Amino acid sequence: MNSVILAADGVNVAQNVGFGIIAAVMIFAALAVVTTKNVVHAALWLAMVLAGMAAQYILAAAEFVAVSQVMVYIGAVMVLFLFGIMLTRAQIGSETGLNNKSWAVGIPVAVVLFGLLAYVVLDAVEDSTIAEVELTGANNEATLEIADRVLSPYLAPFFGMTFVLLAAAIGAIVLARKD
Amino acid sequence: MISALAVEIPYWGQSIFRVIGGLVAVLLPAGGIVYLFLFKMMSFMQSRLGPMEAGPYGSMQLLAEVGKWMQKEDIAPDNADKAIFKIAPLVVLLSTFLLIVVVPFGPDAVFADFDTGVFYFLAVGSISVLGILIAGWSSANKYSLLGGLRAAGQLIAYELPMVLATLGVVIQAESMNLNRIIEVQNTGEIFGFGGLGNPFILTQFVGFLIFMIAVQAELTQAPFDMPIAESELVSGYMTEYTGFRFLIFFIAEFATAGVFAFIASVLFLGGWGVPFDWFGWSNIDDVDWWMNLVGPVILATKMFALVGIIMWVRFSYPRFREDQLQTFAWKFLIPISLANIAVTAILKVAI
Repeated sequence: MNSVILAADGVNVAQNVGFGIIAAVMIFAALAVVTTKNVVHAALWLAMVLAGMAAQYILAAAEFVAVSQVMVYIGAVMVLFLFGIMLTRAQIGSETGLNNKSWAVGIPVAVVLFGLLAYVVLDAVEDSTIAEVELTGANNEATLEIADRVLSPYLAPFFGMTFVLLAAAIGAIVLARKD
Repeated sequence: MISALAVEIPYWGQSIFRVIGGLVAVLLPAGGIVYLFLFKMMSFMQSRLGPMEAGPYGSMQLLAEVGKWMQKEDIAPDNADKAIFKIAPLVVLLSTFLLIVVVPFGPDAVFADFDTGVFYFLAVGSISVLGILIAGWSSANKYSLLGGLRAAGQLIAYELPMVLATLGVVIQAESMNLNRIIEVQNTGEIFGFGGLGNPFILTQFVGFLIFMIAVQAELTQAPFDMPIAESELVSGYMTEYTGFRFLIFFIAEFATAGVFAFIASVLFLGGWGVPFDWFGWSNIDDVDWWMNLVGPVILATKMFALVGIIMWVRFSYPRFREDQLQTFAWKFLIPISLANIAVTAILKVAI
């Protein structure tokens, strides 16, 4: 999101152009998710949005977050989505009745959410610009910092999260076992 | 790459170098694997000669095959979801090209020196599942769909032992950077003797075995070839593909075998390096520039040896049953690899 401010200052032009192109593709794909007439197509457009997100992280030199995005969302969540869809309803060609009846209510909610997020981000960043990032790869400070933070001050929430995952895994087993 | 030639190459020149290097690093091993193992080794194991007509010892057979596939008609079934049907093989090939990015071929001969290289290849390797799933679905053929679903189930199941087997190496090397892992192996010592380095295959042989089994399954090579089981599913998710789209699946299969073998030799066999002791190098910055030229050859040799094992197993063993495959992954490989991680971590802290 910092790149939005960078665009205004004319810093780091190549990155801004990349950001703009990827953002445009992501917005198009996001609209296609909700307008397409086929469930599998919607899932694939969603994969495109998530891949675009990973590309944005790479542009911001947050390679660890980008790789996590690919691993979790494209490698796991999307495959699970497609797997689920294909095991249940996955007809080829357009379907009817995909729209939720109260879809119109979603638009103001989305607008409010967007406004809220935009306000929070702009408020937090204000006029500061991020420094030109050194894309050397090896010993990327950002990655080291994430590792340090996760394993020292944020260790307790990190452990807490693992229990959530454990609970989910046990829940899945309980649901799957019929006997 | 810059220091290797002692000339300053502009960014666009480096980019061109990288693209050409990537194409060579993906396609050359794929061609070599198909000729050496699929054409020749399989033939000798079955007491026949294999292709002999095209070129000396049939070495040009591959080009003839590619030519044959290229001129076939590109057919999509009537009921298929045409756009997705056509994109699917490209997604599979894309994941292969993304994988090669992380493989180091020399001290400076790297496409991208990721800090989290191990994490990257584990993440990117799973993109091909997406391609296989949509290939199976969009073909509008129940055998294809079954093949796609089987492939997805299998690839998800075997990704886990692969991740866990790799973790042992990461714990021991204290880094996720592949070049750093190579450095640790080649500067290591076995009880004070540095003449061999300390390739992780010695200390992590359990991890190595699990990794190779998982690679075999990820590549859907026999005995893990249920997704394309020809006696049950015609040809699985590839059933409806012809012409160059089939060729792309075919290239992706063997190129991915090459890339995974590259990564296995980096993780467990010391990668491009020779034991640094031989030439008196103390760390990776000391390594002479000519390692950038010799390194790829060393790495390729190790890669072909590992692919040789993969293919040997492929030609020797009959197919598992679907339930045996899942049981093997979840009840056997994953517990062992978890135990491997625990033991590695305890020894790492204790010693």
